[in-house]
Amino acid sequence: MTELAINATDQDIAADLCEQVRSAYAERTPLRIVAGDTRAFYGRPVEGKALNIAAHSGIVSYDPVELVVTARAGTRLSALNAALAEHHQMLAFEPPIFSDASTIGGAVATGLSGPRRPWAGAARDFVLGTRIITQEGKLLRFGGEVMKNVAGYDLSRLMVGAQGTLGVLADISFKVLPTPTASHSLRLAMGLEDALSELSKLGRQPLPITAAAWHAGELFIRLEGGASSVNATKERLGGEALPADFWQQLRDHQHGFFTLGEGQALWRLSLPPHTPPLALDIAEDDIFYDWGGSQRWVKTHLDADSLRLACQAAGGHATCYTPHTKGGAESPFTPLNSVVEKYHRNLKTELDAHGIFNPGRLYAAF
Amino acid sequence: MNILFDERLDGELVHRDKAEVMSDLQSAIPSLTLLHREEDLRPFECDGLAAYRVLPMLVALPETLEQVRELLKRCHALSVPVVTRGAGTGLSGGALPLEQGVLLVMSRFNQILKVDPDARLARVQPGVRNLAISEAAAPYGLYYAPDPSSQIACSIGGNVAENAGGVHCLKYGLTVHNVMRVDVLTIEGEHMTLGSEALDAPGFDLLALMNGSEGMLGVVTEITVKLLPKPETAKVLMASFDDIEKAGRAVGDIIAAGIIPGGLEMMDKLAIKAAEDFIKAGYPVEAEAILLCELDGVEADVDDDCDTVRRVLEQAGATDIQQARDEAERAKFWAGRKNAFPAVGRMSPDYYCMDGTIPRRELPRVLKGIAALSEQSGLLVANVFHAGDGNMHPLILFDANKEGQLALAEDVGGKILELCVAAGGSITGEHGVGREKINQMCSQFQADEISVFHALKAAFDPQRLLNPGKNIPTLARCAEFGAMHVHNNELPHPELPRF
Repeated sequence: MTELAINATDQDIAADLCEQVRSAYAERTPLRIVAGDTRAFYGRPVEGKALNIAAHSGIVSYDPVELVVTARAGTRLSALNAALAEHHQMLAFEPPIFSDASTIGGAVATGLSGPRRPWAGAARDFVLGTRIITQEGKLLRFGGEVMKNVAGYDLSRLMVGAQGTLGVLADISFKVLPTPTASHSLRLAMGLEDALSELSKLGRQPLPITAAAWHAGELFIRLEGGASSVNATKERLGGEALPADFWQQLRDHQHGFFTLGEGQALWRLSLPPHTPPLALDIAEDDIFYDWGGSQRWVKTHLDADSLRLACQAAGGHATCYTPHTKGGAESPFTPLNSVVEKYHRNLKTELDAHGIFNPGRLYAAF
Repeated sequence: MNILFDERLDGELVHRDKAEVMSDLQSAIPSLTLLHREEDLRPFECDGLAAYRVLPMLVALPETLEQVRELLKRCHALSVPVVTRGAGTGLSGGALPLEQGVLLVMSRFNQILKVDPDARLARVQPGVRNLAISEAAAPYGLYYAPDPSSQIACSIGGNVAENAGGVHCLKYGLTVHNVMRVDVLTIEGEHMTLGSEALDAPGFDLLALMNGSEGMLGVVTEITVKLLPKPETAKVLMASFDDIEKAGRAVGDIIAAGIIPGGLEMMDKLAIKAAEDFIKAGYPVEAEAILLCELDGVEADVDDDCDTVRRVLEQAGATDIQQARDEAERAKFWAGRKNAFPAVGRMSPDYYCMDGTIPRRELPRVLKGIAALSEQSGLLVANVFHAGDGNMHPLILFDANKEGQLALAEDVGGKILELCVAAGGSITGEHGVGREKINQMCSQFQADEISVFHALKAAFDPQRLLNPGKNIPTLARCAEFGAMHVHNNELPHPELPRF
């Protein structure tokens, strides 16, 4: 196992967090789970006493040869990424970093993934195990630090994207991957329809593509892998070189596109691959196609229902990234159908009987 | 034997008269094929773990979803347990029937509904065989990645239930990483779609939860899987070692060189010999261990990686390195590995296959522990290892006709799994807990963790009608049989009776 540089601020405050959860459970006090507080915009506002995870930080173990890292939930993403980069490894799902204060707990709780997602997998695909604080304030371990583990139900993946509504993430173990040895990003002038059909054609071939986006008449592609295949594909596709930080700016919403006009809200449309452009009254420049077309960022005045109906008809869903207080939708996430909602409620009741964990964060009802 | 359902430990079941259940189901669903005579039930008495057999009360062979829905509703109303089964190839007794239960066989749902090459998806019914998906996708240059050894016969519904793996998991993931969407019927007969053809869906990740839940949360009725472009090329290197620890270290060295092989498998001397006798794969029978390392992807990269891996293997002390010269030789190298289980089966009247996972660095220590257990018990153990992802398959050789040998093999197996847990691993990497490893769950999880699993089950099936007795032990069972974690020297749940 590698020697870990011990950061003076790293500490294990799990026992203290458990105590706070125990008293919240006893007193039925709702908790607002927070660390970097950089993702508060994502989801509904939570009224509750702050349970601050930020101090629960530090890498617990990292063995590059095992491709596994375990870190406390309050560890900053930037710190974890730096530790992995020293060994030429990475979190392959490219979690967005909205500010330096962003933590791995927030990344896993929101379950957001970056441009590499369609090719490498989502946040949940790389979570091997977790330690979770339950409603009774017990610190329990689910999953583990091995690649394959099918013992018991997959509680760890269930926590990804549950936004702390089912328990408090204390520690998280990730599968990590080597950083590709070669990388090249390019841009090609191309209309939308041609771009979508080109992406579909490329997708059926074993090419080293790890990101693909389209906006305002340009197709953007990132190639990563061995030097030989990246060079060969670069020759084949042509186009102009694209600065490598383009993808990071897209991932973290720093790209100019993400500046909203007066009264606009930012929406994320998640659609099956190669869904044709939706028949919505949105200017072409106000749509940014990422994930090869599966994830579409939209700046619009349109109401939630119109967007959701169009997405639903295409087999997808729509999420509002602009908080309600700033003109976004009151329900940022697409409502669940009645059967699915019933089992969400049942789960919430079983794992959080008194509704102390981030109540209402995902849906008003739980 | 403590493995069969024991109501004292596993919870009480409602006892219904067989004739009553049959007439209820026949009148509610007249079109449903229902088997009830002993000779008709007999073929369904076990799955791939044939040492454990139970005759189900009834076997249902539905052909329409409406029949499945009605069956579930009636069983729910009557409190009759339902055990769902696919092809019955599972190795952990996950589809072991219950005397008081209906066995719901999904094998007639065997249609590939759609292959969409542009979206790279296939929509299939649960009874479709794993390999049939890749065959249907092949004309488009696509395939379905998870490839359990039983892929010719096992069905995708069972793959989802067990979160099946294979030899390519390190690079391509398990079933959970390759399933986009499932349609599920709950025990109350409600329909749910979990996941989506898009890359995510709103709400909790119930899709991930359903994978590997062993038919205990719902019945999967349709599956949408992700298809991948077939790698342009795949090349395999076979390295021989005169010491198994050197082979183990070589695995780490390959990963440390920044290479993620498509497959990375290890076999020990006994497994090599068995496979060579059976398949004539060209394995070096004098070696203490071999590594098979498959590199796949774009031709130029694969050639570069082959050079790197060859160098790494030389430095790690390989005594011989061969690269398969062509596709035929590559297939031959793999045939030895993929037939390792039946090959070992030829050496011994019976064998018992384990499925523990460990962090790779623990391999030497765990192998030593296995060797010691083998010596103590007098039972030979052959080791086959998905080395890339730390998944071990020790095969314990025994003769069930000899008094006490099955029990001895089970005992050695249980101890091997406890070694894996002590090394920071898991009792099952891909075969599932099923009925087989129900007691070992108590050594991997504390009572509080098991209670959370029960809470989760209660959210979907509070009456515990779906596959009772599998996957998650009761605390009473752990108290009786399990090497339960004793935390801070406090025995969990002292109030429970011990049998």
